[in-house]
Amino acid sequence: MTTRKVPAAASAAANLSAVLVAALIFLASPVWAADATVKIDNFTFDPPRLTVKAGATVTWYNEDDIPHTVAATGKQFRSKALDTDGKFSFTFTTPGSYEYFCSLHPHMTGVIVVEAATGSTQ
Amino acid sequence: MSTDRHDHNGVNRRKVLECMTWAGTGILWTVAGGVPRSLGLVDEAMAQGAGPLTFLQISDSHMGFDKPANPNVNGTLEEAIGKIKAMPAQPSFIIHTGDITHLSKPAEFDDAEKIISQAKLDVHYVPGEHDIIDDEVKLYRERYGRGTRGLGWYSFDAGGVHFIGLVNVANLKAGGLGTLGPEQLAWLEDDLKGKSASTPMVVFAHIPLWAVYPQWGWGTDDSGRALELMKGFGSVTVLNGHIHQVMQKVEGNVSFHTARSTAFPQPAPGSAPSPGPMKVADEKLRGLLGVASVTFKQGEQRLAIIDQPLQG
Repeated sequence: MTTRKVPAAASAAANLSAVLVAALIFLASPVWAADATVKIDNFTFDPPRLTVKAGATVTWYNEDDIPHTVAATGKQFRSKALDTDGKFSFTFTTPGSYEYFCSLHPHMTGVIVVEAATGSTQ
Repeated sequence: MSTDRHDHNGVNRRKVLECMTWAGTGILWTVAGGVPRSLGLVDEAMAQGAGPLTFLQISDSHMGFDKPANPNVNGTLEEAIGKIKAMPAQPSFIIHTGDITHLSKPAEFDDAEKIISQAKLDVHYVPGEHDIIDDEVKLYRERYGRGTRGLGWYSFDAGGVHFIGLVNVANLKAGGLGTLGPEQLAWLEDDLKGKSASTPMVVFAHIPLWAVYPQWGWGTDDSGRALELMKGFGSVTVLNGHIHQVMQKVEGNVSFHTARSTAFPQPAPGSAPSPGPMKVADEKLRGLLGVASVTFKQGEQRLAIIDQPLQG
């Protein structure tokens, strides 16, 4: 699950429509920009290799019509079985390379590369 | 269908085609002369009468699956069981080669039990990867694991045949295929000790024990070790599910065969972007679910199994 900090942006945009509020938060929030998603579909992780900054939360979405799991080879994280539309999030705090796979279909593999946070979270 | 084609070498082509028209949703196996052969459900059961040992294989029921490829998996499993019940000569038991459920939910196991028990036959299960994804990985073992080792492997004897149910869906390694693991292989070696080389062996597991299509995970990393242990036996038949279509191979003393699903078809290896459920026109679905017919190559205790869809 991502944690989104919105109060400042929300108050500045108090008079705008809800749609504009959402758009403004999306564009303005540096915390959110660091987060990333991985799509699971057709028995693959997309992208199979993803680079994020330390502190980023990665969310996997299962868009396949078969359940999958997200399991770190080094056991740092492991989801339950994600049915269609299921999702799983993990926040990466330590730089490094995290290989993972689907424990049901182990030929499905991916890797999250976590780089040290540099202050800029572009 | 008469039994006459079993009395001659080769197969009467017309009879085979007739045989392909029966509406079956499982594979019926019979063991005669120590060599298991798969049979068309109804006609052959009638032909065989009460003679040799017969048993039925069903697979991949996926209770709980509700996607467009088949929104009514309970219905198609019921149809499969209905076919079994309608057989004039009942098989001795059923083998279910896993993926009983889609998500290992109690209600899914309950549905499977409710439907399959209507056949009023013993059922010997092995788990598929979909049967062991409950949080505590306990529901399968609670229901089907009595008297088994590990996550559910075991053996039993029936009609002079030694049956071995293996589990190759647990503790899978990143980048790998199905796995039996050292503990199970050690058990298998021990289980086979003292068995006469003439004892027919039937080995069943969920994921194919041969490399059907490793790119899609359709194979078992250490199946070679298991087959090595069975090298000395004259007749070994390997029955699998998982790939929701019929595949077969004969290699020396070993016949490999996969069964159709009762739930939904999957694409032929490499024919689609992924091995996910294959959507077909409604009227074609039942032609791809659990339908098998077989032709025999007589003599030499060797068999050739041919399976065809009922339609097309």
